[in-house]
Amino acid sequence: MNEELNIGPHISRQFDAELDEIRSRVLKMGSLVETQLIKTLDALREDDGSGIKGVSKLDRKVNKLEVQIDEECTQILAMRQPAAGDLRMIIATSKSVRDLERAGDEAERVANMVKQALTNEMQRKLYKGLLGLGELVAQLLKSTLDAYARMDIPGALQNMRLDQDIDEEYSRLVIRQVELMKKNPDNVADSLDVLWAARSMERIGDHCINICENIIYLVSGDDVRHAKFKDIEEQYAGGGY
Amino acid sequence: MNKEIESSVSVDKSEQSVSAEFVADSYTTVGEPLLDDPKISIRNGNVFYAEKQAIFDVNLDIGKQQVISMIGPSGCGKSTFIRCLNRMNDTIDICRVEGEFRMDGEDIHDSKLDVVELRARVGMVFQKPNPFPKSIYENVAYGARIHGLTDNRVQLDELVEQSLIRCGLWNEVKDRLDEPGTGLSGGQQQRLCIARAIAVDPQVILMDEPCSALDPIATATIEELINELSESFTICIVTHSMQQAARVSTRTAYFHLGKLIEVNDTAKVFTNPEHQLTEEYITGRIG
Repeated sequence: MNEELNIGPHISRQFDAELDEIRSRVLKMGSLVETQLIKTLDALREDDGSGIKGVSKLDRKVNKLEVQIDEECTQILAMRQPAAGDLRMIIATSKSVRDLERAGDEAERVANMVKQALTNEMQRKLYKGLLGLGELVAQLLKSTLDAYARMDIPGALQNMRLDQDIDEEYSRLVIRQVELMKKNPDNVADSLDVLWAARSMERIGDHCINICENIIYLVSGDDVRHAKFKDIEEQYAGGGY
Repeated sequence: MNKEIESSVSVDKSEQSVSAEFVADSYTTVGEPLLDDPKISIRNGNVFYAEKQAIFDVNLDIGKQQVISMIGPSGCGKSTFIRCLNRMNDTIDICRVEGEFRMDGEDIHDSKLDVVELRARVGMVFQKPNPFPKSIYENVAYGARIHGLTDNRVQLDELVEQSLIRCGLWNEVKDRLDEPGTGLSGGQQQRLCIARAIAVDPQVILMDEPCSALDPIATATIEELINELSESFTICIVTHSMQQAARVSTRTAYFHLGKLIEVNDTAKVFTNPEHQLTEEYITGRIG
């Protein structure tokens, strides 16, 4: 991150090491959530639920990392009294790990639903409709972690654009399921399950966008939460952050 | 005056990504160094020790009843700068001050100005508490006596009591006013020095690292006192403790190698400074 912000190391190398440690833990946590989602999508794509078994175990690791990273952030606040970019890094990271943990919970929820659906032919077919949305969300999660690793505002903005595609795909999926429910009222319960799973995936996308907002805050000091995407895009159109 | 140094009253907010290797002779202070209706106003302030220049072309306004902290690495000129505000630098033969230093529009460096009277209006508190080798009472009463601020003993008693109350020291010393000031604890001595400074009814108080010789409890007491005094006085504090600057001041000025790099609201300086040098200093990357 230091290179991206064009700032040299701290006089205290130990402080640099502590911050690096936190950053690498966040990326590790993110990669576990990513694996949760990918395992679920693979299972759905290949009609094979064997890989899903490990998802809950991964979620427990994600939860542990959240607690560990939060503790390390608290220690840095108490011991180092960080300011400016360092302070923003700790605040943004502490918020981002909460989003990652929630994304992990959503991924676990989808995994459990998919695991159940794979045992039933009808449900399996319906759940296949989630693949397009799931792949977009997995792509967003991956590029969000990339943007965090590089402290990259253009990357964060690109992710916000991708989230709009996800929202559109989610809306299309809802319409499709409603049509299916109208055509075949016997499958209402199954379609509702699919909608719940789709909702969880869409929520993972929202958590990614929260992390992207944290990245923008970390790099620029600007709080862009609740701002319209168009305004955020215009604000950073010329760089200069 | 160094002819190569340009006047730079203008403030360019767009200059947010200045190179860390900041060596240019001409520069622009980022942030908001200038104010409407300031108490103190400095334009193109330069200070030299013999041939060596210590302060370069500083443009800064200090507001009324404002606490402004001066931060920066050792030797950056922050103490030299505040010493210009009550002409303490006059006591150093080789020191030469150029530029405009005005308080309420009046030229502080006007040769006709009574320096003793100026120093009553602009009081100073130093790093190491320096009570006179006199009683607690006399320490506070001394300035009022030489400036003829009271007509009789009753008024003087009242002034001493009020000054000690304002510094939160009265209850601790009221029963031993005749004891030497030097017998108090470090924190009490520093509050005594502040009481001595405010007894002559100053408008501005300069504090040069006032807590660096004190323990955390005494420091907290002085910081609380600064907060209370800011309702009545303009306070300029030089500090090496960035947490202290963040706690006590509403505005922060960052000096680097004699140049005033950035002036902004303290909250902004400590969360999102505009200049990279400020960022590097407050995050512990340069010292």
